[in-house]
Amino acid sequence: MQWDIVIGLEIHVQLATKTKIFSGSSTAFGAEPNTQASAVDLAMPGTLPVPNEQAFRYAVMFGLAVNAEIGRRSVFDRKNYFYPDLPKGYQTTQLDHPIVGPGFVDIDLANGSSKRVRIHHAHLEEDAGKSLHEDFHGMTGIDLNRAGTPLIEIVTEPDMNSAEEAVAFAKKLHSLVSSIGICDGDMSQGSLRFDVNISLKPKGSDELGTRTETKNLNSFRFMEQAIAHEVERQMDILEDGGRIIQETRLYNGERDESRSMRSKEEANDYRYFPCPDLLPVVIDDAFIESARDLLPELPDERKARFMEQYSLNDYDARLLSDDAKLSAFFEAVAEHGKDAKLAANWVLGEFSARLNAEDKSVAQAPISGEQLGQLVARIADNTVSSSGAKKVLEALWNGDGDNADAIIDAQGLKQVSDTGALEAMVDEVLAGMPDQVAQYQQEADPKKQKKMLGGFMGPLMKASKGQGNPKLFNEILVRKLGG
Amino acid sequence: MHNKSVAELTRELESGKISSVELTREFLDRIKTEDQQYNSFITVTEDQAMADAKSADEQRAAGKASVWTGVPFAHKDIFCTNGVATTAGSKMLANFVPPYDSTVTANFRAAGAVCLGKTNMDEFAMGSSNESSFFGPVTNPWGLSAGEKRVPGGSSGGSAAAIAARLVPAATATDTGGSIRQPAALCGITGLKPTYGRVSRYGIIAFASSLDQGGTMARTAEDNALMLNVMAGFDPKDSTSANQAVPDYTATLNEPLKGLRVGLPKEYFSDQLSPAMEQQIRNAVKEYEKLGATVKEVSLPHAKLAIAAYYVIAPAEASANLSRFDGVRYGYRCESPQDLNDLYTRTRAEGFGDEVKRRILVGTYALSAGYFDAYYLKAQKVRRLIQQDFINAFKEVDVLMSPVSPSPAFVQGANTNDPVTMYLEDIFTIAVNLAGVPAMSVPAGFVDGLPVGLQIIGNYFEEARLLNAAHQFQQVTDWHQKLPQ
Repeated sequence: MQWDIVIGLEIHVQLATKTKIFSGSSTAFGAEPNTQASAVDLAMPGTLPVPNEQAFRYAVMFGLAVNAEIGRRSVFDRKNYFYPDLPKGYQTTQLDHPIVGPGFVDIDLANGSSKRVRIHHAHLEEDAGKSLHEDFHGMTGIDLNRAGTPLIEIVTEPDMNSAEEAVAFAKKLHSLVSSIGICDGDMSQGSLRFDVNISLKPKGSDELGTRTETKNLNSFRFMEQAIAHEVERQMDILEDGGRIIQETRLYNGERDESRSMRSKEEANDYRYFPCPDLLPVVIDDAFIESARDLLPELPDERKARFMEQYSLNDYDARLLSDDAKLSAFFEAVAEHGKDAKLAANWVLGEFSARLNAEDKSVAQAPISGEQLGQLVARIADNTVSSSGAKKVLEALWNGDGDNADAIIDAQGLKQVSDTGALEAMVDEVLAGMPDQVAQYQQEADPKKQKKMLGGFMGPLMKASKGQGNPKLFNEILVRKLGG
Repeated sequence: MHNKSVAELTRELESGKISSVELTREFLDRIKTEDQQYNSFITVTEDQAMADAKSADEQRAAGKASVWTGVPFAHKDIFCTNGVATTAGSKMLANFVPPYDSTVTANFRAAGAVCLGKTNMDEFAMGSSNESSFFGPVTNPWGLSAGEKRVPGGSSGGSAAAIAARLVPAATATDTGGSIRQPAALCGITGLKPTYGRVSRYGIIAFASSLDQGGTMARTAEDNALMLNVMAGFDPKDSTSANQAVPDYTATLNEPLKGLRVGLPKEYFSDQLSPAMEQQIRNAVKEYEKLGATVKEVSLPHAKLAIAAYYVIAPAEASANLSRFDGVRYGYRCESPQDLNDLYTRTRAEGFGDEVKRRILVGTYALSAGYFDAYYLKAQKVRRLIQQDFINAFKEVDVLMSPVSPSPAFVQGANTNDPVTMYLEDIFTIAVNLAGVPAMSVPAGFVDGLPVGLQIIGNYFEEARLLNAAHQFQQVTDWHQKLPQ
């Protein structure tokens, strides 16, 4: 049987506020346990929550970035359950009146098509603390530093139909929240956590199947694996005539295994009700406009601008616009390199390949956009060949010089573009290869002729000690052989 | 000195006739000798009080005194006090010492007042008789002479009894469904529940957050005004507190009452009220007519729904507010828990008393899936109707007057096995909390030798008008000066 895969995501995004959502404690990661937990975070008797305006501003910025309606009257609810790292015995969250209403994100797929994923809503809430089960000899340690860190929980519609689409959406969302500055984007510290809802239905059927939720995936790779794993698990059950149980599952990425955490029947009755300690927060036009003013250029806007301003094609423009840091790097290269298309090729080609090989981010690159731009300018004006330029980049990368011109000089990579000298070399090489010249001249197919030119290029580069301008050599060859 | 009001004590201190150290010593000695029969204090902070009195005298000598500098008083044990045990009348918090002050206690500290200790209360403010305290019941000073141990009302019964017994001239209190007004009435003193949001709730251990309000208790209306001057105001730590200017509540105490429009809600003069009680209330209203007030009957048509709505909303909020008492971070923890579930179950089974458990169960039930709409949402709709009743009434009149409680102080143990009868104690006070308006209890006579309280209800943020009305009444009556034998 053929199956359709249906995927919806819930994403917890830690907002990059300096202080917590309802207290003045710092949100910095990595402090000694419980040193960033105030009386409010500890839920001491009589303490009260005070909302952090910045968390609301960030949430509104997110809403604007995903083309969403902003909830003008934002209400907090209490979600009641007992757990040691939940100090109040309830989580303050939003149920019926979230701050961000329906919106959408367009994702680009590998086959060049694009797809719209709808956002159901996003709501503000507080994070819980952490339970530490190691190092306490059968006891549990509680660290409340994270308790009260502001989160937005983003809930999508079940609009994704493959692991590829889900991961593309996740990456797009990651790039979005990082580039608008509301989240540090550090997935290793849990700044973004993904829950994946998956169900299968017979191909073409309108009726959704029973779904499972796989919780707390904190890398794109695990997410892709977990989806593949869960799709296969469900497919096996369904094809054996079994039924999927609605449940929450945990995925172990190291072992590529999953296990049931709790079924629907075991789920808590959270007894949501409006939090009486917090009045509804009214979001007015002025607040929304002030949030809009803080939004930097969004990736989709930037892509359109790159196509317009630099005449880039759709594919290059997308690759260069997704990540704000790569975008900025490219623009520096283009500015100093004079030739935007060439700049794009070098940034997406040699530069990105080197980063990937060394598993580095753009910020960790050992060269600046200006340095690469100066090199691109020398390629554009024929001072250096592209093979010579690779040597220059190598030197820049390794810190053997910090300036393309100096390296070109020092390594003697300057191309010979003196036509007189080059013509003399061509004459000499052609004189030594009469059979090949005859073959070329007898060939009727211009394509084959073009191919045969390569046979002369090797000896020419040798004769010029690699410094002859290949473009000029080519022109001279065609002229002389044809004449 | 212990028979004097706060205003009088301030004048004594100003004139130098007595020092704060002497005054504080006198009240502490009275607590030591007298309070065994009332049990109105849970904690007496003698050393701290004497030290504060000494520094108050130094402040005064340096010419830096305000009205409250050196004046003794007490806090209900629901206000968190930095470094002083704060129990909320519960075994759950019997060992709890907060590392912070409530905004109210911080304000009194800044004003230079001398806190003598923390007064007894119903556990987590849940009760109308002060019998649910883990620290034992409080006995009403009234009725003791007849050999009867009567309740002081609740939940602020310790504060009310201590003031009636002249152990302190004033005390803070809180009121969620009548917890200031009913004990004030039963103990023959004056109490004020301000508008919801007028006094910060920061550091007041929560019972029902949308109803809880800190307020004042003293013998005179004037002293209540002096207290409210210290307590009222916006607090950035409480986002439900009102960002509204605070008047000097003593400035308008002497305004004449001529033309004051008094409304008598007919629903509050019903069968529940004994004829003897009703007579006292009507006599008090006559005094107001003599002072120039006009009186008419008004209606609060949804008043009869108040108790039912309250006993859904308050327990629902309480069920969540009390979840934090789980034995994990502070407060009572059961011995050697076997696992997490055992820790929660036994800690809460052993740490909470019956009335608290009853309300947690009721609230949990009301919020459960499948019942939420029928109980919680319906109760919220009723609450809005009740608010509208008051808004409508205040289009016609300036204040409403009614009894505070259906009967005077009852004998201890009389209602302990009958929660519903106990809940009906608050039948005239609860609608005020649901609406959020301010109200006072003013001594207005006696039935069978036991005090009767007149309730005066005002429009939102019109505490000054209530205090003015109560003060003028106290200029022509002496019910508030009567001493229990």
